[in-house]
Amino acid sequence: MTQSNRIAGGQIDRTRTLSFTFDGVAYRGHPGDTLASALLANGVRLMGRSFKYHRPRGPISAGSEEPNALVELREGARREPNTRATVAELFDGLSADSQNRWPSLSFDAMSIKDRLSSFLTAGFYDTTFRWPASFWEKVYEPIIRKAAGLGAMSRLEDPDQYDKGFLHCDLLIIGAGPAGLAAALSAGRAGAQVILADEDFRMGGRLNAETHEVGGMTGAGWAVQAVSELSHMPNVRLMPRTTIIAAVDHGIYGAVERVSDHLAVPAPGKPRQILWRIYSRRAILAGGATERPIAFENNDRPGIMLAGALRAYANRWGVAVGRRAAIFTNNDDGLRTAADLKAKGVEVRVIDVRKGEEVVDSSGRLGLKSVTIRSGGRLETFPCEALGVSGGWNPNVNVASHHRGRPVWEPAIEAFVPGQGDIPGLAAAGAAAGRFSTRAALETGAAAAEEALSDLGLAVPARDLPQAEDGAYAIEPKWYVAGGKGRAWIDQQNDVTLKDVKLAHQENYTSVEHLKRYTTLGMATDQGKTANVLGLAVMAGLTGKSIPETGTTIYRPPYTPVAMGTLAGRSRGQEFKPKRLTPSHHWASEQGAVFVEVGMWLRAQWLPRPGETTWRESVDREVLQTRRSVGICDVTTLGKIDIQGRDAAAFLDKVYANNFASLAVGKCRYGLMLREDGIVYDDGTTARLGEHEYVMTTTTANAVLVFRNLEYARQCLYPDMDVQLISTTEAWAQFSVAGPNARRLLQKIVDQDISDAALPYMGCKEITVCGGLRARIFRISFSGELAYEIAVPTRYGDALIREMVAQGAEFDAVVYGTEALGVMRVEKGHVAGNELNGQSSALNMGLGKMVSRKKDSIGMVLSQREGMTDPDGYRLVGVKPVNSAEKLTAGSHFLDKGAAPVMANDLGWLTSVVYSPHLGSSIALGYLKKGDERRGARLRSVNLLAKTEVEVEIVSPHFFDPEGERLRG
Amino acid sequence: MIINHPILGPRDAQEFVYLGDAGLIERPDGLAEGAVDAFHDYLYLRDNPAGEHRELWYHEQGDRSWLVVTRNTLTHEITRVELARDVARAKGRSK
Amino acid sequence: MFGTGRYSGWRVVKEALTGHKGWKPAWRDPEPQKSYDYIVIGGGGHGLATAYYLAKEFRQARIAVLEKGYLGGGNVGRNTTIIRSNYLLDGNEPFYEFSLKLWEGLEQDFNYNAMVSQRGILNLIHTDAQRDAFTRRGNAMILNGADADLLDREQVRAMYPFLNFDNARFPIKGALMQRRGGTVRHDAVAWGYARGADQRGVDLIQNCEVIGIRTENGHVTGVDTTRGFIGAKKVGVAVAGSSSRVMSHVGMRLPIESHVLQAFVSEGLKPLIDGVMTYGAGHFYVSQSDKGGLVFGGDIDGYNTYAQRGNMPVVEDVAEGGMSLMPMIGRARLLRTWGGVMDMSMDGSPIIDRTDIGGLYFNGGWCYGGFKATPASGWCFAHLLATDRPHETATAYRFDRFRKGLMIDEKGQGAQPNLH
Repeated sequence: MTQSNRIAGGQIDRTRTLSFTFDGVAYRGHPGDTLASALLANGVRLMGRSFKYHRPRGPISAGSEEPNALVELREGARREPNTRATVAELFDGLSADSQNRWPSLSFDAMSIKDRLSSFLTAGFYDTTFRWPASFWEKVYEPIIRKAAGLGAMSRLEDPDQYDKGFLHCDLLIIGAGPAGLAAALSAGRAGAQVILADEDFRMGGRLNAETHEVGGMTGAGWAVQAVSELSHMPNVRLMPRTTIIAAVDHGIYGAVERVSDHLAVPAPGKPRQILWRIYSRRAILAGGATERPIAFENNDRPGIMLAGALRAYANRWGVAVGRRAAIFTNNDDGLRTAADLKAKGVEVRVIDVRKGEEVVDSSGRLGLKSVTIRSGGRLETFPCEALGVSGGWNPNVNVASHHRGRPVWEPAIEAFVPGQGDIPGLAAAGAAAGRFSTRAALETGAAAAEEALSDLGLAVPARDLPQAEDGAYAIEPKWYVAGGKGRAWIDQQNDVTLKDVKLAHQENYTSVEHLKRYTTLGMATDQGKTANVLGLAVMAGLTGKSIPETGTTIYRPPYTPVAMGTLAGRSRGQEFKPKRLTPSHHWASEQGAVFVEVGMWLRAQWLPRPGETTWRESVDREVLQTRRSVGICDVTTLGKIDIQGRDAAAFLDKVYANNFASLAVGKCRYGLMLREDGIVYDDGTTARLGEHEYVMTTTTANAVLVFRNLEYARQCLYPDMDVQLISTTEAWAQFSVAGPNARRLLQKIVDQDISDAALPYMGCKEITVCGGLRARIFRISFSGELAYEIAVPTRYGDALIREMVAQGAEFDAVVYGTEALGVMRVEKGHVAGNELNGQSSALNMGLGKMVSRKKDSIGMVLSQREGMTDPDGYRLVGVKPVNSAEKLTAGSHFLDKGAAPVMANDLGWLTSVVYSPHLGSSIALGYLKKGDERRGARLRSVNLLAKTEVEVEIVSPHFFDPEGERLRG
Repeated sequence: MIINHPILGPRDAQEFVYLGDAGLIERPDGLAEGAVDAFHDYLYLRDNPAGEHRELWYHEQGDRSWLVVTRNTLTHEITRVELARDVARAKGRSK
Repeated sequence: MFGTGRYSGWRVVKEALTGHKGWKPAWRDPEPQKSYDYIVIGGGGHGLATAYYLAKEFRQARIAVLEKGYLGGGNVGRNTTIIRSNYLLDGNEPFYEFSLKLWEGLEQDFNYNAMVSQRGILNLIHTDAQRDAFTRRGNAMILNGADADLLDREQVRAMYPFLNFDNARFPIKGALMQRRGGTVRHDAVAWGYARGADQRGVDLIQNCEVIGIRTENGHVTGVDTTRGFIGAKKVGVAVAGSSSRVMSHVGMRLPIESHVLQAFVSEGLKPLIDGVMTYGAGHFYVSQSDKGGLVFGGDIDGYNTYAQRGNMPVVEDVAEGGMSLMPMIGRARLLRTWGGVMDMSMDGSPIIDRTDIGGLYFNGGWCYGGFKATPASGWCFAHLLATDRPHETATAYRFDRFRKGLMIDEKGQGAQPNLH
């Protein structure tokens, strides 16, 4: 195809030609083109279909406000649905397809909906599809859901990388048109740290689309010169292709930089896009204005666009959308389009609202062929391929309203402007502030910068602005052409017409929020950038209220849609969250360990030996070998907190429910920690290493939280206690060594005597290992065996596990994982995560007596409330199947024999289930109503999800060595 | 949001963990008469104002200070940041 | 008789052929009367449902709903539209199951298509402990008469093959599924109740903010509003998000904090996700609307606010969850974010109860789960207002549960609202 509509001029590089395809047809364009400008240059006006009626559509804009020209850009895993052709930069080899049509863009079967439009008005779904009742889900809804949406996802993983970054500046300037450039020059020359961000790939804003002069040169030329000066300032960062998406709190702005979207694929090592968080002390919104249409019958045909866009295609891209064009305007800016087009040889007919003229209809199914004009009471048809419509310009107030401030109606320009001070530190300038002439843009841009500079305490340089036009705007409000019988579009993508707004009014959906929600006005991918003000102006006319009384809906981030990948950055796949590895991780990996996620940690779950085919074989072996001889387990993940100071003991008495003041030096004690509401929060062992020195252990899950709460107690509740805390979880590698041969194994490593006399049960010591390495040993047991936990500085953890394994060979020592750990703790009746569920009290766990009422510990008072001391409440029990061959399932509920499976008969549930190789049976812990009184009872353990049940016997939770003889051995 | 830490200067609120109303500093005496009622009101009831709110933030990814931040819940404007320990002492918790 | 006439497909055809001239206002805009038997403060979903059921089921006369803004402008106007009854605890599950049953009959009941669509909700499982907890919960659901299924990894894969099964930091190990869960078109719920209430004579008064509650001898006498004093024998407050502000008129402090929950919608996409899904290893849940937008959300921002807008860390956190669960959504675009103010209660569960002031009743503390509760909340609140007795499914939603230690803490987080 030839570029039949390409005319002279523009900021495209005609020395290079780019090839691209649209719907499989090959075209050519030039660097500097967008997909839309290149297609228009090739005579293609039809680029999409509307959402609801599948109406044929072309672009109405030349920017990010585009509602119609949406395409699926690129192919395969890089396919991007709903990409606006008006901002997609052309690159060699680009491929795009139209969307929301079948079988083809020019013949779309779903356009039947257009013929049925009288039935598909706003509120259509609300009032219909209810009868018969079952038909909604079975028949109607599946049809609607099939028709839903615009573009299609590839369903493949996005192959591109994304990144995030943080930037700081004195002044963020949003938009690099004349106002933004003037502001940046002032602030940059004054030495301020400036960021100038613009969503376009070419800075200059409207200057690139205009023919008038600035400072004696073309506007675009002046912009190039200004950008060049700024690019040489080390204190100025220029960020083209960067959209400010959100204004959040305290001067922070979200920005998306499209690093690689103008390339076929990102360069190696480069992200596709970057999400920036910009921390600014002051900001200037110089984001320009968006033109709005005037609604008239059939105003949505390809070739009908905003007048400023028609001008931009001609001036910036050298494209005449048609050789004959009409301009329908209510202001002087529309006349500028007419003049520019005429100068480029286009035949132009102006229809000026202010002279009593209007466009009442158009023709051309897949592209504009003619418009019908009413002038002085006469109708006439004007054949043309392009119509530029200007109903005036709306300042881009969006970002300035992200704090929910409402924009203010400015009658002189018949438009909303940003409210003053809606966002602290942000000022608007130029067209975004409703100052439309180039002269006013330059002046307000410079003035905003000067104000920011003086706020920041910087010297304000003398103002030095170029000469520029200061033309009149002279708008006369005109929202729609009255009297039409057909449809006049307001929101083109969502197919909201004048009639729909009228119907909303008729049904009393007159609040702007009701209007939006009832008709879907402004809810399409363009968020109503060209439609919203028009829609509410129509509603204002119907209700007899003024436009400012009618008000706007809330402007919400993002300013333009943002790829999910960009917001996620590098947090995906394996990198979703950091991995914490234990000191024995590398050793365990070498053994072929199976790892399990425990919060951020990866822990060895079991360590299979050759020949083992099921996890149970490995776990059973680990348990039996530990109980028979000795086992080693990495317990580094448990939280460790050093607590020191003269008041350390008193502090522990506050944070633990049981007594700690009486703990002797060199001894450990199990500690029970409650929340202030009396529910059990955490448990662990705390050792007293010295007169004023303790080390607390916490569960793995609560390590961070307990430390946070201890700091809270220390700083907020007991600010003058002499106590200091530090988390040492990462500082010590800690291993549990358990089993009858635990002492014999450890004595080979520990330099000091650890005989029962030297280190009795619940004793602790600072020791050395392997001939002088500083270490700690605690004689504590989770498994019920004679057991120790031994800790060395983390960097020696790998060496220690290797040494223990080597020294343990003679005992047939085994290293066990979290599964075996869990089996042994259930056999021993210790509570853990599934019992410490944040809903259970000490009484529920059988630990009620540990809560001392003689001291004011956290949670003591509220643990005494009636609901938490209910004698009929849940108690921890052990559970065995009556037939030991039957398997229990955690989460099953207890029911009495013969009781119907309804909640009134529910007696509790199984919290943790393991297979005990020691007992040769599935065993469980559970919470059972009046559990203490039901020892020996036979109940049903029912899993209604699997429709299974097992007869169980309620037993003591201490399945193994209930007297604790082994651990004292 | 940015919290101007009294020791460290301005820091992104993302470095902090939020707890709630700074009234949580004023924990009642657990051994006093009527402690259950006092603790009920202390732990469960909130002014929850629309406007100025004194609240506890913890600089978890920083220096571990608990701070009392005075922030407007309608605008998010922060007008004061204090060390919680200083506030606690001023409330007489050192006794 | 008030009203708009019945809505039906035939009606749409007739109106289409006659230029849609027959559609009447969905509700009147009445001037407030001097007094009412019942005033419901709050014209959001719960307030409108309360008035509807009060008028319809309890046949109470002279009812007004006072709304400071526009009808349906509460959290019913900004949520992720999910309905489900997959709760664990006794205090909650019967209530939410009652609500789900009301959803199932709602559209025929109020003659308005709210697009109640039961396409199923999946709670994904990533750890053995999660499977244990979901097994407990699924059994509790069935014991309460709800439906539940436990799916294994391959069953989940068959439904959603594009989830991250092969390179996940936290692998998917299965899911708890409630097939009767789904979504509802949220605005239509408010409008259906509003229209139904209006038809039964309820005065729906918009732009009428309550600025005071008057009492005499410990009994409520009416409310001061921006449109003057309006007398009432009974006043029900259903203003979740602003509960503390309204109840401060009578000096009540509540076990509630106001927090913002952000929610998100993508550009319209061809169908990808049929049902509702929640990620068990990150803060992310998602469904796809009938218009094709992915509707998703995550955690609350976590600080007290009434600002109805959030900050970037949560936006990014939610996107990270989404990308790690569904790596194929990288090139889908987030279209719009919004923030709703939640009544976050001290145990994550709501309150429907009398107050110490005679004739003053409270409904709030819905956290971020109020939408699915709308029908039952309205029904139970109407029951309480009309009979002075709690409805049988809402007996646990009392203020005094905190004094008695009978918290309904589904997540086991204790008295810290931002953790629920």
